[in-house]
Amino acid sequence: MISLVIADRCTGCQVCVRVCPTNVFDAVRGGPPVIARQQDCQTCFLCELYCQPDALYVDPDCETPATVSAEEVERSGQRGSYRRDSGWDEWAGDPRYANEHWRMDQIFARARALS
Amino acid sequence: MPNIQGSTTPPIAELPAIAADVLVIGGGLSGTWAALAAAQAGARVVLADKGYCGASGVAATSGPGHWWVPPDPDARAEAIRQRMAIAGGIADPAWMERILDITWTTLPTIADVYDFSTDEAGTVQYRGLRGPEYLRAMRRKIHRLGVRILDQSPALELLADSDGTIVGARGLRRQRGEAWTVRAGAVILATGGCAFKSRLLGSHTNTGDGHLMAAEAGVDFSGMEFSTYHTVSPAHSTMTRSMSFAFATYYDGEGREIAVPPGDTTRTLARAMLEGPVLCSLHRMPADIRERLRRVQPNMMLPFDRSGAGVGGGGGGVDPFTQRFPVLLRPEGTIRGSGGIRLADDDCGTAADGLFVVGDAATREPVAGAVSGGGAILAAWALSSGVIAGRAAAARAARHGRRTDTPARPLGQAGLRPARHAAAVDPRAVTAAVQAEMLPYDKTIFRRGPALARSLSRLEGVWSDLRDHLDGDGAATAGETVQARESAALTAVARWCTRAALVRPESRGMHLRVDAPASHPALARRLTVGGLDRLWSRFEGPAPQPLDHPATPQAGAA
Repeated sequence: MISLVIADRCTGCQVCVRVCPTNVFDAVRGGPPVIARQQDCQTCFLCELYCQPDALYVDPDCETPATVSAEEVERSGQRGSYRRDSGWDEWAGDPRYANEHWRMDQIFARARALS
Repeated sequence: MPNIQGSTTPPIAELPAIAADVLVIGGGLSGTWAALAAAQAGARVVLADKGYCGASGVAATSGPGHWWVPPDPDARAEAIRQRMAIAGGIADPAWMERILDITWTTLPTIADVYDFSTDEAGTVQYRGLRGPEYLRAMRRKIHRLGVRILDQSPALELLADSDGTIVGARGLRRQRGEAWTVRAGAVILATGGCAFKSRLLGSHTNTGDGHLMAAEAGVDFSGMEFSTYHTVSPAHSTMTRSMSFAFATYYDGEGREIAVPPGDTTRTLARAMLEGPVLCSLHRMPADIRERLRRVQPNMMLPFDRSGAGVGGGGGGVDPFTQRFPVLLRPEGTIRGSGGIRLADDDCGTAADGLFVVGDAATREPVAGAVSGGGAILAAWALSSGVIAGRAAAARAARHGRRTDTPARPLGQAGLRPARHAAAVDPRAVTAAVQAEMLPYDKTIFRRGPALARSLSRLEGVWSDLRDHLDGDGAATAGETVQARESAALTAVARWCTRAALVRPESRGMHLRVDAPASHPALARRLTVGGLDRLWSRFEGPAPQPLDHPATPQAGAA
C-alpha cells in the first residue's frame, strides 16, 4: 500500500495524482500531494514508475498500512528501484536494466522441461 | 488543479455534453485498441477511464504475451486444435482463427510507440510486451490520432433514446466534482472483468461497472459460471505474476512437500490452504533466470525485496530462492475466467443497439471455452475484439450519425437512484457481503449446489436492500457516488456468477461442482444468464436432452 510521499524529494508535479488508477492522492497547492485514501490503494506500484524524482514509496503489504520513514526507505536502497529496474527515464538504454520481458516464453518452457 | 486538499466540496456541476462518433468506456488494453481502431477508421473518439488510461486495468501491471502463431495454415490449425481439445465443447474455432490473424497483423503496427526487443539473432520479438510500457504506448498512439482521453472519469450509466438505442453515457470527473456526458453514435464497453476486489494485481477498479450498465440496457451474459480462476501470490501481496511460480515447490504447515499433479495446481493448493498455511520456495528456478528476473519482470521481486524484514524492519528482505514464504490464491473472478457480456454478432455487438463490448468485459467463451484463456489468449482477445468493435462502431456512427439531438434518458438504477426511498446503506458493507460469498475457496473453487443456493439467497438480500435504498446520486462527494455504484455492480456480477454456477448441474472446465463432478455431453452448451431484479437463465443451442447419458470424467482443470 502507498506509504510515503517523501516531501523533500517531491517537486509538486502532481503526476501521481493524475496517474493513480484508484485516486488515492489529493493535490496540495504549492506542496507535495497527500495520501488521502490509502485504503483505496491497489498496490500496483505504478505511481512509483511515473515519479521521476523517486519521491514515493509503496510498501508491498496490500492489506495492512506500513509505517515507514524516509530514512528507512533510503537505507533499504528501495527508493526508485522499480523505476530503475524498469529502465524508465534516465535509466533508458542502460543495458543493466534492458527490457527482457520477451524471454517470458522461453522461461515458461524451461520450467515445463524441469517439471 | 484537481482534488485540492482542504477546499470545500462544491455541488456536482453538469458539464456540457461532448459529441463523438464513438465513446469507449475503459482505457485498458481492449479499450485503447478499440479507440485506436475507431480513430483509424476516421471516427471522432472519446475514451473515458475510471482512473488513468495507461495505468488502469490488469494489463498495465502485468506483461501481456499474446497468442502468437505465424500465418502457416498447419501451425494455426494445430494451435486451434490444442485449444479446442480443452475448451469443454463451447469454444468456436472460427473466432480463434480470427483473433490469431488480427493479432499477428496488428500488434507490429505500434512499433512507432513501443520499443519492441530483438533477440540474440536480431529477430524482433513482438509477442510479449511489458504492461506499463504497452499501455503507455497505446495512450501515446491514440493521443496522436486525436482521441480525446478523459482520465479519472468513471462512467456511471448509459444513455438511451426512446427506442432503446444506446446514444452515450454519463459519468463523473471525480477529481473535479463535475459530471460528464458524452453523446455518441456508438458506445464500446471496455470495463474489464470483475474480481470482486480480491487484490489481484491491478484489478481494484474492475468492479463490473460495464456489466451492470449493459444489464440496464437489456443485455445478458454468457459463461458466468466460468469465473473461478485463481493465481498464486505471496501472502499479503498483490503480486500475481505467475511465471516464477512455474518453478515453485509448495509445502504444508508441517514442512511437508505438497505433491501437485500437472494441471491441477489451483485445486491442490486450495485444498491445502483450507487446511492450513501453505509455503513456497522458488529454489528450482535456475541461476541464470534468477539473475535476469528483474529485467524480465521488474515488479516480481518487489514483495520480497521490500518485505517486513526489509524496509522498516532492518533491511534484508526475503530471498525466495533459499527461504520459504507463505502464499495464497487470489481469485480472478471473470478476469481470467471466461464469462462476460454476451456477444450478439461477429462485430462484438451486444443485444442493445449501438452498444459493443470488448476485452474481459465480454464473454471469452468463443476463444477460450470453459477454461481460462490465460494471459496469451486474453491479450490476443483484448487486442482483436478492440480492433473488431472499434471498426464496427466507427462504421455504425458513419451510417447512423451521432444522434446528439435525439432526447436521451439515463438508464442507471441500482446504486445510483433508489427504487424506493433513500436510506443508509454502506457500500463498504455491501462489498464485504459480496466478498464473503465470492472469495472463499470452499464456495468458489469447490462449488456445491446447496451452498450456492445459500450464497444466492444472501446476495439477493444484499441486492434488494441496495436497489431499494442506496442513493449514490445523492451522495455528498463524487467518490461516494462511484463507490455506491461499484458496490451495486459487484453485487450484480456476483448474482449472475452464482446463478450460473447453480444452474449448471455438472462440472466443466474451471467450473467444479463437487456434488456433480462429471461433465454431461448434453450440457456442452453455453449458459446465458440475465436480469436485474429477477434473474433468469437458459442453456443455448438445441433443447436439453435428458441427463441419462453416460457421464464422462471431468478433464482439463483451470
